[in-house]
Amino acid sequence: MSVEVLLPGVLADLAGGSRRLEVDPADGTLAGLLDALASTHPVLERRIRDEAGQVRRFVNVYVDGDDVRFTAGLATPVPAGAVVQVLPSVAGG
Amino acid sequence: MADLLAIGTRKGLWLARSDDDRRTWTLDGPHLLSQEVAAVGIDTRGGSTGGRVPRVLVGVQYGHWGPTVTWSDDLGRTWDETDEGAIRFPADTGAALARVWQIRPDTADRPGVVWAGCEPHSLWRSEDGGCSFALVRGLWDHPHRPSWEPGAGGGAVHTVIPHPTNDRVLVAMSTGGVYVSDDGSEGWEPRNSGITTPFLPGPAPEYGQCVHKVAADAGDPDRLYAQNHFGVFRTDDGGGSWTSIAGGLPVDFGFPVAASPRTPGTAWVVPLVADVERVPPGGRLRVHRTRDAGATWTELGEGLPDGSWTAVLRDAVCVDEGDPTGVAVGTRDGCVYASRDEGDTFTLVADHLPDVLCVRAAVLS
Repeated sequence: MSVEVLLPGVLADLAGGSRRLEVDPADGTLAGLLDALASTHPVLERRIRDEAGQVRRFVNVYVDGDDVRFTAGLATPVPAGAVVQVLPSVAGG
Repeated sequence: MADLLAIGTRKGLWLARSDDDRRTWTLDGPHLLSQEVAAVGIDTRGGSTGGRVPRVLVGVQYGHWGPTVTWSDDLGRTWDETDEGAIRFPADTGAALARVWQIRPDTADRPGVVWAGCEPHSLWRSEDGGCSFALVRGLWDHPHRPSWEPGAGGGAVHTVIPHPTNDRVLVAMSTGGVYVSDDGSEGWEPRNSGITTPFLPGPAPEYGQCVHKVAADAGDPDRLYAQNHFGVFRTDDGGGSWTSIAGGLPVDFGFPVAASPRTPGTAWVVPLVADVERVPPGGRLRVHRTRDAGATWTELGEGLPDGSWTAVLRDAVCVDEGDPTGVAVGTRDGCVYASRDEGDTFTLVADHLPDVLCVRAAVLS
């Protein structure tokens, strides 16, 4: 089972220069996907999720176009063929 | 011989270098562009880099992408970080690192040991030159911790002062005040007696002081100076009791205090009007120096601007190991001034940078 992860350009260096990754989330959830990412791309995973396991405040994650904050959070299902997009939120100055 | 001045800002790091004994400076940067650099530590002990160049350790906030510690062993050409993150709260704490406020290499007698003060209020110790840190549980588990309140900038351990000849460690936090442990691990006790709290009703409490910065005297490690959220104080007994030394200052509010590493009794502060008016009195940016441990103060302004409605943050003043001692001052409007004569005169090192959060200096061999 494979899921496509789309990254913003600023994170591409942490994914070997690519803005697309194929990841196999063991348990079919976003949490499982990030766990898998932590084992292959640990620095990239830390940019998305803090050590308490939460998606960082100003990082938005969409599964098939839906913001996971408004679905099931880290328990959001990521079925085979899903597209998971990571974007920085509109914040800062 | 050359001198290095690291300038951490809200949007990156600059490294200034002087090859003429701090008369002129060449600015190199930005490094880590767009990333907040709230803490810099320059480790000149050589253990991490074979002694060729210092290790520049940075507490960085990668914008939206979280904080960590990164380091350069080649003066900024390349940066490295630990895969798992140098500072990670253990799972049982339920906490997550919010910001690295302080990076403090220990003495040459303790090679590899680096301290970090962080938000949320926590102290960390590294034994591998800052690549990985362990949470100091004795402070994290302190029964006072739930009542340490965040200041406007966040609740953090912002000052770490390891004793040069024994295992004692002093930390300061806003708010919470000064705490000391005889072994740097357990038994942390508040040491705030005499530090007033005009922002609280009633007499000053045992802890809860808003200590902005603490610096240790060159001649006696138990003599320390503290700039507070109102009040400048000195202790001669390692924090057992503090007495006001603000009498000779125009105002007693401010953020930084720095002490000479070579001349006992000598320290510098940068007064700001008050908590709700965080600008230099009259818009005149001035450094005040004492040479008698706070009994008297001298205003120093040659080379510093008038019409400067800015502020100097707690880590935006530093001193160097040179002779005479150099002093550097960074402002929130992106200017950095450096003195090679203990503050008598300043020259402009940089301007139009982002807000300067911290400065640190080192002599390059």
